Amino acid sequence: MSDLSIRSLSKAFGGVRAVNEVSFEVKRGEFLAMIGPNGAGKSTCFNMINGQLAPDSGSIWFEEKNLTGLVPRDIWRLGVGRTFQVTATFGSMTVAENVQMALISHAGETFRLWKPAASRHRERALDLLHQVGMHEAADRPSRELAYGDVKRIELAIALANDPRLLLMDEPTAGMAPRERNDLIALVKRLVVERGISVLFTEHSMDVVFAFADRIIVLARGKLIADGNAKSIRDNPQVREVYFGTGKTFARAGAAT
Amino acid sequence: MSSFLFQALNGLSAASGLFFVAAGLSLIFGVTRIVNIAHGSLYMVGTYIAYSFATVVGGMLGFWGGIIATAIIVGIIGAVIEVLLLRRIYRAPELFQLLATFALVLVINDATLWLWGPEDLLGPRAPGLRGAVEVLGRQLPTYDLFLIFIGPAVLIVLHFALARTRFGRLVRAATQDREMVSALGVNQAVLFTAVFALGSFLSGLGGALQVAREPANLAMDLTVIGDAFVVVVVGGMGSITGAYLAAVLIAEVKALCIAIGVVDFGGFSVNFSKMTLVAEFLVMAVVLIARPYGLLGREQGAVRSVAEPEEPIRPATRGLKLAGVTVLAVLIYMPLIAQDSPYVLVLGVDVLIAVLFAASLHFIMGPGGMHSFGHAAYFGLGAYGTALLVKWLAAPMLLGLAAAPLLALLGALLFGWFAVRLSGVYLAMLTLAFAQIVWAAVFQWEGLTGGSNGVVGVWPTAPFDTRETFYLLTLALAVIGVLLLRRFLFAPFGYAMRAGRDSPLRAEAIGIDVKRVHWLAFAIAGAVCGVGGGIFAFAKGSISPETIGVGRSIDGLVMVLLGGIQTLTGPIVGASVYATLQDTIMRQTEFWRAMLGGIILLLVLAFPSGIVGALAKFAPRRKDQP
Amino acid sequence: MITTRQFLQIAFAGVCTVAFAQSASAQGTIKIGELNSYKMQPQFLDPYKKGWEMAIDEVNAKGGVLGKKLEVISRDDGGNPGDAVRAAEELVTREGVSMIAGTFLSHIGLAVTNFAGQKKVFFLAAEPLTDKITWQNGNNYTFRLRASTYMQVAMLIPAAVAAKKKRWALVYPNFEYGQSAAENFKTLLKKAQPDVEFVTEQAPPLTKVDAGAVVQALDDAKPDAIFNVLFGADLSKFVREGNTRGLFKNRTVVSLLTGEPEYLDPLKDESPVGWIVTGYPWDKITTPEHKAFVAAYQKKFNDYPRLGSIVGYVTFKSLAAGIAKAGSTDTDKLIAAFKGLKVDSPFGPFVYRASDHQATMGAYVGKIALQGGKGVMVDFKYVDGASVLPSDAEVKKLRPAP
Repeated sequence: MSDLSIRSLSKAFGGVRAVNEVSFEVKRGEFLAMIGPNGAGKSTCFNMINGQLAPDSGSIWFEEKNLTGLVPRDIWRLGVGRTFQVTATFGSMTVAENVQMALISHAGETFRLWKPAASRHRERALDLLHQVGMHEAADRPSRELAYGDVKRIELAIALANDPRLLLMDEPTAGMAPRERNDLIALVKRLVVERGISVLFTEHSMDVVFAFADRIIVLARGKLIADGNAKSIRDNPQVREVYFGTGKTFARAGAAT
Repeated sequence: MSSFLFQALNGLSAASGLFFVAAGLSLIFGVTRIVNIAHGSLYMVGTYIAYSFATVVGGMLGFWGGIIATAIIVGIIGAVIEVLLLRRIYRAPELFQLLATFALVLVINDATLWLWGPEDLLGPRAPGLRGAVEVLGRQLPTYDLFLIFIGPAVLIVLHFALARTRFGRLVRAATQDREMVSALGVNQAVLFTAVFALGSFLSGLGGALQVAREPANLAMDLTVIGDAFVVVVVGGMGSITGAYLAAVLIAEVKALCIAIGVVDFGGFSVNFSKMTLVAEFLVMAVVLIARPYGLLGREQGAVRSVAEPEEPIRPATRGLKLAGVTVLAVLIYMPLIAQDSPYVLVLGVDVLIAVLFAASLHFIMGPGGMHSFGHAAYFGLGAYGTALLVKWLAAPMLLGLAAAPLLALLGALLFGWFAVRLSGVYLAMLTLAFAQIVWAAVFQWEGLTGGSNGVVGVWPTAPFDTRETFYLLTLALAVIGVLLLRRFLFAPFGYAMRAGRDSPLRAEAIGIDVKRVHWLAFAIAGAVCGVGGGIFAFAKGSISPETIGVGRSIDGLVMVLLGGIQTLTGPIVGASVYATLQDTIMRQTEFWRAMLGGIILLLVLAFPSGIVGALAKFAPRRKDQP
Repeated sequence: MITTRQFLQIAFAGVCTVAFAQSASAQGTIKIGELNSYKMQPQFLDPYKKGWEMAIDEVNAKGGVLGKKLEVISRDDGGNPGDAVRAAEELVTREGVSMIAGTFLSHIGLAVTNFAGQKKVFFLAAEPLTDKITWQNGNNYTFRLRASTYMQVAMLIPAAVAAKKKRWALVYPNFEYGQSAAENFKTLLKKAQPDVEFVTEQAPPLTKVDAGAVVQALDDAKPDAIFNVLFGADLSKFVREGNTRGLFKNRTVVSLLTGEPEYLDPLKDESPVGWIVTGYPWDKITTPEHKAFVAAYQKKFNDYPRLGSIVGYVTFKSLAAGIAKAGSTDTDKLIAAFKGLKVDSPFGPFVYRASDHQATMGAYVGKIALQGGKGVMVDFKYVDGASVLPSDAEVKKLRPAP
């Protein structure tokens, strides 16, 4: 059974087709990587799935529900978690409060005016922080943390609504290679434990080939390949895009 | 028909005047993000200096040369202000510079009074352009004709200067994204000074050109600043062409209202010329609702605060709670303590009202991140709700008071619904527009509200008709109001507000409906502020449209910023200090405005994160590390 | 932490105030509280202040009243009713003044009137013109010196009727003073000249007149005559545009307050010749009491008096006379004394009417002419306030208070 189903998704910006008739599926429990050179349309694709952008045509289905046209918070309510390419935590809150905020929202308590937030879902928040190895920083202001640690916090936040699907846009961007591997290993462990499906984009091929169950490749807005690590590595079109003439690179870069 | 065409010409010449002052403001605003309230003061000073040139030197040289010289002098004044004052506080929390420029307004006004005296000074007509030419069978002053052309001429020069020069490119880049400029390795300080000087130059030029049209007078600063902000925002921040279009739009709408005059609608006559009172604000509200970034504005790169972000909020410790209870006890016993000086209670009531105003404003400004420039709307709605109920329906006092938060709540729900759809300064200006529209409605609806004279005869009844009991009632309501707001801030709702402010994207991505949260925050703040308005009506026995005026909204901003926007106690301290200071200083000296301005300037320089913000930095940080 | 600090701060504010409060009062003086919008309306109130300072000096030089010197405690009312009421309350509760006087703007005057009625404090309104202070919202504790809007308009009506013009245009600032002046004018003129026609009305916002457009709109209505209520900076703009665009050519203009030096002098050589105005021709009044006043004023301040000087001076002369007549500063006795109180002023003697507490001090009505490059009033005469006020019986109907 498929968890997420993307059907003929398209989006153009001022005549440039950033995403062009892309279709693919994420199966339950699958760890799916989306790769492609800069400007291939990965982020656009992502932003349509998580509701930040409305597609021009095509549809997005999650567990038999049509996500097309829903806003991010409704998509989240259906059980889809996400992390951001550029970290975005709530700077005026502590680490634990960041996670608690997500738990509060998940519990439908956002508009509660009386009982202090600090005492709500604290245990659960600490538990999540423990799982990402950040429990010791629980009471520090989140803005004081190092970049890699913030990524972990974001992961904890993303897990707060017990998502069945996790969207991660370049989860390791800006991290040292060693950190990258650690983080993705952590993610993989957590999602396998929980049976969560994951769609992520990633620059580092090492990470992708080491961890992804399956890989799809975007170039110039089109899906050009879909398969396991070996088949992707051997795919001539992918080779051309990644290792080819450079001309392809240039044009792809100009596209978005 | 020809009369309408001719009025359109009048509108164009009025637009040029508006354009100069707005263009300068737009540049300064776009590049430095400073809400420069003192811009109108520079304009006023421009008219005064030009008057002196025109009368002391006299003749062609004194007038025309004087106008150029004035613009240069005002430009230098602007540069000096930037270097000596504003440069020191760029790293303060957002909007804090507003406080400094507010102080400048006070100081410059008194300095002008001291230098030029209290009388209106009408300059000579422009040499060479004293007469009129016949257009459409009517007399059009040649000076108006000159203004019609000089506006677009300056627009074109500015446009090319910004499009073709390196300075212009930097200005445009900084307007889009302030950080980009420092990333480009440009000396930001020099750029800011230059922009400030240029903006001031334009303002001085605008003021100087007015010398042939209106007398230099001490009310010009505030008269012009409101219009200028409206033009900037309608045109789109940082867009010079937009500023010109907006100036034309507003001036033409006004000219049209005047041209229509009195119209009879089946025995029901409407005087359209009275609409000029709010024309610009109506235009602004419509434009902002339809185009959230003004006519030619573009969405701003998110303004990342250059100041240190705020600390997480923490509940009070036991010792301090104890101290709080003690102080509350002192306040409760104040009527006994102050038996010999009953004025303490009178001032106390005013301070407590100010606290309610500032705390509720801070609620949306600080944790909500929504800068309201029109908070007086809810204060006024509360005051009028109470006063009208008492006056027209002879409602008992407590029922009247209960109406205050209700009416304010309704107003806040209505206006907030539109306002939360915008952000930053556009949101601020839309709230101002709404406040002005409420003000104008109250001002014009003579039959219901008593017009400019207001409602008189709203006095508290037993048992609150003594100073002591009324003070205690006010204290109780203020404490309840402040504690409620505080409670909300520590509750999930308050966290959600801050979440929406810190990172709207992330907040939405964890299921928080940020607009709805902020809308409710708006409503809560409005209702609490309304309570303050209700008490105010009873405390003074009468209210007038001034309770809704811009001045009150700005006072509220000053209190919040003075105390420190990033702390929860800031607004309370700011309100207490400002209200007490104002009362004390107004009594002590003839030049009280300058003195108040001077003190605020000192506070601004000494405490760039507000009084409480500064205290908090000195206080030992207990629970930082677990 | 927060709760505590906030209360500490309020307490601090309170303590400061206590510390600042001086309860001791100088023995042997009569304290009079005065409040006005000094910063908001400096062009009128600067001379006003000089006027009352002179009055106080004169009274005290002669030994004061009831053997005590007069002491004025003056406050800026911040230009808004809220602060004004607080200032009044401060004067009463802390400074212990026995009466208050002053105010300029109508809504502030009304708020203080209302305060006086509620707190049973004697209040002499100096300048605010609104009819409501003595009529609809009048109370037992409030008197008013300055001729009201109604009176000022009524003084001009004979000249307006004499002009025999049919089509009138009105221009007035859009607030209560302007509106009620226009209403009064229309009612009174219609009564005196039933065939009159009001062809247009322009009501620009106060201090923000778009003079060019307003002048043009008036001109386009083709009136025979214009009634103007604009003053201050609005007036200057209006006159200059009107002159340039030929609005006043061959038209009768009747104008309120324009002859007051505060508003006429800035116009200099552009003063609108031929306008029929109320005002104060300070250099041309030849009565001995006025000449003496001008001489003393010029000697003291090396400046000529404006109308504000007269208002300030006479306000405090009135208070001195009232206290002397009452033989006390007791509020009830003061009120009794002010009813029918006769006061000698530079404009001549006048009385405070018992029926509506309005002073009958009049104003000068005349025409504007140019002399020596500046505007002056010519062909003027003094119109006694009593001659334009409604009768006691009529006033009784307007006034709820005794």
